[in-house]
Amino acid sequence: MLDRTALEALTQRPMTFLGSAWPWRSAAYLLGSAVPGVAAVAVALATVALATVPLGLLAVPVVLALSVPLVAWFERRRLRLVDGVPLPEVPDRRRREAGVAIMTVLALWWIDLIMLAFTVAGPVVLILSPVVQPTTAWQIATAASVAGVLLLPVAAYTITAWGGARGAMVRAVLAPQGSELAEVLRSRARLVDAFEVERRRIERDLHDGAQQRLVSLSMTLGLARLDLPDDSSAAQLVGRAHGEAKQALAELRELIRGVHSQVLTDRGLGAAVRDVAGRSPVPVDVRVELDGRLPAPVEVTAYYVVSEALANLAKHSRATAAAVTARVEGGTLVVEVYDDGVGGADPGGGTGLTGLADRLSVVGGRLSLSSPAGGPTLIRVEIPCG
Amino acid sequence: MRVVIAEDAVLLREGLAGLLERFGHSVVAQVGDAPALVAAVGEHRPDAVVTDVRMPPGFADEGLRAALELRARDPHLAVLVLSQYVEQTYAAELLESGDGAGIGYLLKDRIGDVREFVEALDRVAGGGTVVDPEVVRQLLRRRRDPLARLTPREQQVLGLIAEGRTNASIAKELFVTEAAVAKHIANIFAKLDLPPESDGHRRVLAVLAYLR
Repeated sequence: MLDRTALEALTQRPMTFLGSAWPWRSAAYLLGSAVPGVAAVAVALATVALATVPLGLLAVPVVLALSVPLVAWFERRRLRLVDGVPLPEVPDRRRREAGVAIMTVLALWWIDLIMLAFTVAGPVVLILSPVVQPTTAWQIATAASVAGVLLLPVAAYTITAWGGARGAMVRAVLAPQGSELAEVLRSRARLVDAFEVERRRIERDLHDGAQQRLVSLSMTLGLARLDLPDDSSAAQLVGRAHGEAKQALAELRELIRGVHSQVLTDRGLGAAVRDVAGRSPVPVDVRVELDGRLPAPVEVTAYYVVSEALANLAKHSRATAAAVTARVEGGTLVVEVYDDGVGGADPGGGTGLTGLADRLSVVGGRLSLSSPAGGPTLIRVEIPCG
Repeated sequence: MRVVIAEDAVLLREGLAGLLERFGHSVVAQVGDAPALVAAVGEHRPDAVVTDVRMPPGFADEGLRAALELRARDPHLAVLVLSQYVEQTYAAELLESGDGAGIGYLLKDRIGDVREFVEALDRVAGGGTVVDPEVVRQLLRRRRDPLARLTPREQQVLGLIAEGRTNASIAKELFVTEAAVAKHIANIFAKLDLPPESDGHRRVLAVLAYLR
């Protein structure tokens, strides 16, 4: 697997990690702090040297403010060394960049340099002890060298850990946690809304078009039958055509029901759940305790869940009785579908349950399932109403 | 019988009017939306109203709401509601109005069975209750305690009562004598605790028990 950040790389096996570029990248990342650090010290010294002390104090914030975009740009660029995930665009970018500038100027740069000094300089001095301390006995000097060599891998870990942690801090300030995820969820919700609008349009078109025409056709054929003698062959043919028209109407009605529930739109979740339960071949006890209507996406999702769950249990559970309950608990809609069937429903097996979970995730809902072999099965769904 | 028809699809509205006139009823007004229906009933004082559920302006359940409003004003007005799909929720709402007497709720598909359709309208106008077999089928599948006491045969008979059938028609459907049907019905009334004094009304009450 390819690691995308220094922190992820730390979990690799030691030899793989030590052989990778991550320790070097982290070292380069931290060493970068020397550049603005030196610049900052230079600016500070220059200000103090050139101006009187009060004027110099006044110049410090001005210089800081001017350097914010520069510092932010620098931090963004070097973040790529330890964090390969692109930064998302955020609305309050300026405020966040100012935060990074203050954080790095006041603390991070200096900590970086101290970290580097201790972790790298320590082993290097030990290794070079025969050279830098020629007066000590050669045995001690050699032992120190060996210890220094042994400390190098430790240093690699320390540097990478700090580099990764520092990168994570900079990222956390530049882009809030989960901002990408929230945007993905929002775009999925928009997609689902668009589908819902489209389904409504299809339902309306079928209702106003094909369905009305079939009803008219069926009525005309019914009237034609009245005028024909019962035993004529024409009456038989018209009768057959009439039967076909009625069959087509029934099939079309089932199709439209699957596309969009008009009762749900008109009367809300309680009525729609009672009606879908009424069509289930397994007797279903319905207990829906809701005051008023819920937001449309919540209703549509809950209705979809109940329809799917009832269809599934009719197909697979061999249940003799089922129950659906729905209520709002602390701003969350809780829907439970229970059946006394054979159990053993597997979230990984069929596409049904996975589809439910996918649909729920769009509205931030959760699904939990208890279905031991031998039954009973309980599906519990929670959808936030806010 | 004087009838007002409310239906937004012109083709169907004209066809329906022609059909009813053919069977000797007079269609005093044909309208295409719910407010016009309420106005037409106020103006013509018809014996019965035949209305679609989904109509302008909102294309939701305006026709049904108009029917409920008309029944609230005049519980004796016979109303036959037609729809492309039937749901027990709407059936229950309709039957709650004026104790369910003079109420019909049918799929539009049933118009094609012309004779039965006109008979259904006659029964509604005569104070009867007619519920679409499709709704009845939904209700039979529901687990409901008072109804659980009925035998399968009694449930079947109750379903046919809900469709607005007479004892004779039920007997014919089930291939039994009318006396047997009467016995089943007496058992149903007893099991649903329907008092004997409300006699003429007990069929409607039984259907209501069924729907609640």
